[in-house]
Amino acid sequence: MRVYESPVARIGLTVFALAVAGFFALPLLWLITAPFNPRTTLAVELPSEPSLSNFETVFGNSFAVRALFVNNLIIAGGTMVLVAVIATLTSYGLSRTRIPGRDLLIYVLILFSSVVSGTAAMVPIFLLAYNLGLVDTLTGVILVMTGGYLPSAIFIMRDFVDSIPRSYEEAALVCGASPLRIFMDIAVPLVRPGVMVVAVWTFVNAWGAFLIPVVLLRSPENMPASVAFYSFYTEAGTPLLTLVSAYAFLYTIPVLLLYLLVNWKFGFRFFGGIKR
Amino acid sequence: MEERSAGVFSGKVGAAFLIPALFFIVVFLIFPFVWIFYLSFTNQTLTGAAAANPQFVGLANYARLFDFERWMRAGEFGSSLWITTRFVLGSALIGQAGLGMSVALAFYRRRGFLREMVYTLAVLAWIIPEVVVAFCWWAFLDWRSGTLNHILGSLGLGQPDWLFDHPLLSIIIFNTWRGAAFSILLFSSALETIPPSYIETADVVGASAWQKFRDILLPMLRGHVLTDLILITLWTFNVFTPFLLTGGGPVFRTQLVSIYTYRTAFKFFEFGKGSAIAVVMMLINLALAMGYLTMLRRRRVTA
Repeated sequence: MRVYESPVARIGLTVFALAVAGFFALPLLWLITAPFNPRTTLAVELPSEPSLSNFETVFGNSFAVRALFVNNLIIAGGTMVLVAVIATLTSYGLSRTRIPGRDLLIYVLILFSSVVSGTAAMVPIFLLAYNLGLVDTLTGVILVMTGGYLPSAIFIMRDFVDSIPRSYEEAALVCGASPLRIFMDIAVPLVRPGVMVVAVWTFVNAWGAFLIPVVLLRSPENMPASVAFYSFYTEAGTPLLTLVSAYAFLYTIPVLLLYLLVNWKFGFRFFGGIKR
Repeated sequence: MEERSAGVFSGKVGAAFLIPALFFIVVFLIFPFVWIFYLSFTNQTLTGAAAANPQFVGLANYARLFDFERWMRAGEFGSSLWITTRFVLGSALIGQAGLGMSVALAFYRRRGFLREMVYTLAVLAWIIPEVVVAFCWWAFLDWRSGTLNHILGSLGLGQPDWLFDHPLLSIIIFNTWRGAAFSILLFSSALETIPPSYIETADVVGASAWQKFRDILLPMLRGHVLTDLILITLWTFNVFTPFLLTGGGPVFRTQLVSIYTYRTAFKFFEFGKGSAIAVVMMLINLALAMGYLTMLRRRRVTA
């Protein structure tokens, strides 16, 4: 539809695009080169003798392996299952019941979750967990994360649930199916894409979270990867870059894979009503 | 819309679906919000006598926060608020929103490789775990071997020790980088809703690019711009990630309010004072959220 565009404008756009791309890409280069350099420094340099020795160091460190492949999976997986199940139930219930002022209610809920967030919320939540005996347990971390992510997950899920037709459910209702059966056999299969988006979103958030585990957990054997990084230091207080870089690489891979999966299935876009 | 809100289920059945979510929201959102007001009037600690039997201390915690004799000194509450204000202005309102609008406008009604590349890289910066990006930026900004100073050096520009000489500027640029994807995506999808005929008409009468932006795009995007500004202000105000890059230093120079809260409550275990800070933070959050809601409702009325 663009009828004419001057070459100057084209060059200008290209230069601008390359500058912005450079701004976003340059800080990440280290994550690609450093893990394969057996003598890792803070510089971005192509290793003269690329090797996987840094990864061997990671896999030889049982604490690091446990943090990444056990604790992180339990925390992110557990939170993912809880949030996906509860968000699906909730947005379905909200969508199929007459509740006055429902849309406003959901907006208030999601904004309230932004109000009770970050370090400010961690003060009462830590004391709550402390009194419930949930400090230094993975269960505590999962429950607190679920509470924090649920409002946004309900918000994302709402779009998917609202868009499925009701005629099947009404037909099933006429045939005398119970609400739970309608939910399991009709609604859940239809909103499967929504469940997947919510699950991926929750997993990625819980996988990368630092603040909640660092506040709630104490013992080294419970630490997830985000906190484990801070024990890879020499006694002089400088990070062991060989270990850190390879660990960061391994820790990032699942996030990238899930991003590619969502991008391939749905195209990365806004979910929920934010795009209004 | 009205028709769709008719229920398939009765109220009772519908309520049953909501019970698990209500449990989590009441226990982990509403209760902490109410409880923290109470805690902020006590001398709660984690160890010692005040741990088992916290005493009611009235406004003492607030008096310590708002002790105007010392409140602008390094490491005190006032100075943290001032650092946070500059951080939000610089990284959210100017950095993220400015970059977001520039990128969205530059790629308005365009497709192709350049756009894909810029958008993908911005999204990667947004979704990679915060600890990883903190290490990446720590390497990037390193005085001696960091990529940034290599580039500046080869251009013959100065090579400052970023995290030491310009710590606040460093975390402002870092947070712009980290969060710009949201504004880019929001403004891009907002621009797509503007009918192309508006711009074409303006082209016919020979409007300049700036006139088109000011007289057509900006008025039509007003709601989206406000939405974006309020949300990124809210998030940036609470963000904790800069702690991973600077730890709040050197000498408290990047001690955002979120980091101040963290240190007070979880390094020194002064939960009474920590609660008072958290109350102030949440009230500021609440004001921002109310502004957002009011705006949404006003838009719905005019729409």
